[in-house]
Amino acid sequence: MSQDIFVVVEHLRGQVADISHVMLAGARALSQTSGGGVVAVLLGKDAQSLAANLAADRVLYVDSPALAEFTPDAYQLALAGLIQAQSPRAVLFGHTSVGMDVAGGLSAKLGIPVVSSCRSFTADGKFVCQICGGKIMAEGDLPAPTALVTMLAGGYKAEVGNQPPAVEAVPAPALDALRISIKQYIEPDTSDVDISKEPMLVAIGRGIQNKDNIELATELAEALGGQVCASRPVVDQGWLPTTRLVGKSGKRVKPKVYLALGISGAPEHVEGMDGSDIIVAVNTDPNAPIFNVAKYGTTMDLLDLAPILAERVRSAKGG
Amino acid sequence: MEVTLSPLSPSQSKTFFNSLLDLKEGERLRTCLQCGTCSGVCPFGYIMKFPPGKIIGALRAEIFDYVLKTDTVWMCISCNACTAFCPSNIPITEAVMTRTKEELLLAGNVPTELQSALENTQRYGNPLGESPRKRADWTAGIQPEVNILGKTRQPVDVLWYVGDYASYHSRMKSATQALAKVLNALGVKFGILGPEEFSDGDSQRLAGERGLFEMMAQKNGQAFRKYKFNEIITTDPHAFNALKNGYPALGVEYPVKHYTQFLAERIEQLKPMLKNEVKAKVAYHDPCYLGRVNGVFDQPRDLLTAIPGVELVEMSHQRLNSLCCGGGGGGMWLDGFQWEKAHTRVSEWRVREAVAAGADILAVACPYEPPRFEDAAKNVPNAGTLKVREIAELLAESMSL
Amino acid sequence: MKIAVPVKFVPDLVEELTIDSSGAALDTAWLRLIINEFDDHAVEQAVILKERGGGEVAVLSAEADGVDDFLFTTAAKGADKLVKLTGDFSAVNNHALGKAFAEAIKTIQPDLVLTGVQAHNDLDGSLGPLLAEYLGMPFVGYVSGVTVSGDKVIARKEYSGGLVAEVEVKLPAVLGIQASETPPRYVAYSKIRQVMGTAKIDEQAAEGLDAASGVTVSRMFQPESAERAAMLEGSPEDVSDKLIGIFKEAGAL
Repeated sequence: MSQDIFVVVEHLRGQVADISHVMLAGARALSQTSGGGVVAVLLGKDAQSLAANLAADRVLYVDSPALAEFTPDAYQLALAGLIQAQSPRAVLFGHTSVGMDVAGGLSAKLGIPVVSSCRSFTADGKFVCQICGGKIMAEGDLPAPTALVTMLAGGYKAEVGNQPPAVEAVPAPALDALRISIKQYIEPDTSDVDISKEPMLVAIGRGIQNKDNIELATELAEALGGQVCASRPVVDQGWLPTTRLVGKSGKRVKPKVYLALGISGAPEHVEGMDGSDIIVAVNTDPNAPIFNVAKYGTTMDLLDLAPILAERVRSAKGG
Repeated sequence: MEVTLSPLSPSQSKTFFNSLLDLKEGERLRTCLQCGTCSGVCPFGYIMKFPPGKIIGALRAEIFDYVLKTDTVWMCISCNACTAFCPSNIPITEAVMTRTKEELLLAGNVPTELQSALENTQRYGNPLGESPRKRADWTAGIQPEVNILGKTRQPVDVLWYVGDYASYHSRMKSATQALAKVLNALGVKFGILGPEEFSDGDSQRLAGERGLFEMMAQKNGQAFRKYKFNEIITTDPHAFNALKNGYPALGVEYPVKHYTQFLAERIEQLKPMLKNEVKAKVAYHDPCYLGRVNGVFDQPRDLLTAIPGVELVEMSHQRLNSLCCGGGGGGMWLDGFQWEKAHTRVSEWRVREAVAAGADILAVACPYEPPRFEDAAKNVPNAGTLKVREIAELLAESMSL
Repeated sequence: MKIAVPVKFVPDLVEELTIDSSGAALDTAWLRLIINEFDDHAVEQAVILKERGGGEVAVLSAEADGVDDFLFTTAAKGADKLVKLTGDFSAVNNHALGKAFAEAIKTIQPDLVLTGVQAHNDLDGSLGPLLAEYLGMPFVGYVSGVTVSGDKVIARKEYSGGLVAEVEVKLPAVLGIQASETPPRYVAYSKIRQVMGTAKIDEQAAEGLDAASGVTVSRMFQPESAERAAMLEGSPEDVSDKLIGIFKEAGAL
């Protein structure tokens, strides 16, 4: 039994997912209370090189042809024995399409409690979960002696290691009688932007005034790594296609950041975006209803702000 | 939107037609002259694959399944223009358009936005999906306090049936509060149902959900029966229409007026209170369900001309041939769908008429209208300074409330 | 093909949520329950599969306010069997619910179990993976499309960033539905009323309701919410810098 915090690394097609680096930062914070180390658990086939930038004290690496792709049952079988043998204080999984497929089943199989939707840990090692659409936070003692946890992004900043950690090869258990296999991957269709899947949206409303100014928003969106969307008047004028419409008659979006430029905040529009993590509103009218939904705001003219913001973002990104 | 239905055989088409004949005044369908007036006067007739007259033609030719294969009946905003101008007096809106929508609904074919509004009505008692507990939140700050009957259980003279949009829509808050203040100033002893009030269900009925309408009537009826009052007034013409024309057959019958009728009865009491000048050219928009359907044209105008400074101007469509705002019959929840097909909005035509009539203010008497017309004004040239005001707001302004 | 769809009712977020006097749970006085949106999609997906390839759909739910109406609605959409588990579900977690559903589902012997990929009040893991383990079936979640192929299904699994994988799963299996292939259909209220007169809800006493999940909440609270936006002042350069800081903190830059 140890006080180590395990992190199950998520990787797809040769890339370590961002959530893994977020979890390692969370594991580091939790390990201060538990007194153990941060151990990254990497499963795969010929995937050792992925361990290089993990911010962990050490890496347990399980290699097997059956682990070449992520499949829930192979991962469960590979992890079950490892967790039982090592008995860490906690095992962190991403609250994602990968992590969630594995954590619950392991909990039932091993009889180990699982805490899901965890955002962060308190200084004294309690879990803090975010549930009910972000409206409720639930705190409690981390189940002992071992707890499985599925982690949300947003509680910690992704951390990469400054030197490659030691990698320990762990023999793979028998991974047969598997019932799940990957037939093929389908690339995301980049021709048709689905704004509901974007983490950063630059939204434009009537305040953009004319079609030519939209370029300012597009450049800003590009700099931010996001996409442009709009409220009704812009789409009605035909300046943007209906696929970019946010609101009652359009799409519901829940990005991390919704930057609303020149949008008044009519209920029909707000309905489509009030689930966003952070809403920033830019509107010259201080009485615009959007300021009642936004977390941050400014009455600066968007035509003045947008180009300067884009420039600053580009230099902040080093480009 | 592809409608995937098994086609009606000619005999099924005939059965459906016969069912329409059984409706009130439905027999008149036999006397259709195929004159085309209905399709011509319909605001979206030019876009529908099967405008009203053609639907009747298809019914008589027993090829109604062709009608069901298209989805253009969802362009119908139940404005009743077809019904009003039919030389054979066929109740086209109710007997043909609404029944066709009912058939599509039964087959589960309904535009998404409308689906949400209907599901919200079923679950929350209002199409906006707001919590029923918040239905009386608009009353905060009004003195004397608005009487919420469930709390005070006092008998009143007037039960004010407030309605969905008047209760919840952020633009309408000021109009609803204005009416409350006017009623208080007149010393009217009124109460509201608040959280016990359910949607009147009329627009949902016209959008094809007869079952939902009956459920709403039943629930509202249950609430009404608990309290003592002499008459009901409504903020909105749709509720007025439901309570006057639809609810009695379902066992819920009370004397009902639209608020403009109620206030017009008290115009002599109001006049001395209308102290402030509202110097403006005011165009009054006749709401379909107050004017065309229920014949109330003069009282709202009397209220407006009683306000000092108001110069009433008339738009080119007025009174019986008033142009719909586009909100009725489910139109409030079909905006995306209708925009995709027409790339124009009826509400924009109306705003253009107001501008052409030289109006400073477009006066309305239905909670669907201010948000629709204000939205439309954003897209109409020279409508930048046009103000849209509920009659109650103008009265309150003149009374310094 | 026999499909079982166990569903969960969750707090309706349209209503205001408040914490009760213990400080560690939601106040049930004003709580309204609503079907978990993802479970609604699971029902729709099951009906789509039935319409495509024939078979039977059974919908199961623990008893709660509004469950009867919901079950009748699924029957109006095409569900064949309606099962309501009875018992005291007031303090129940997903482990207990999973065990109770597993017992009921075992008697149905389905080829496929569809359930929502998650619910917003999940604290001890989502129902699907737990249920799969109790049933001894494989589980794949975040599924937005299902094709049946003999004794297997091809599930369309979604990852973040838009990547999709076609995953082959041997039946019987449990799939966690993210979205049905087409959005949940509308059922006219008159149809639901009609079904209420003809369909029957099979009540079964639930077993295993005392399963401990091992997760105890000691404190529940609401994150602070400001009424109005915090206004940023200064030159465009100042405001831009402040915004960049905000974006970084949000993890969006």
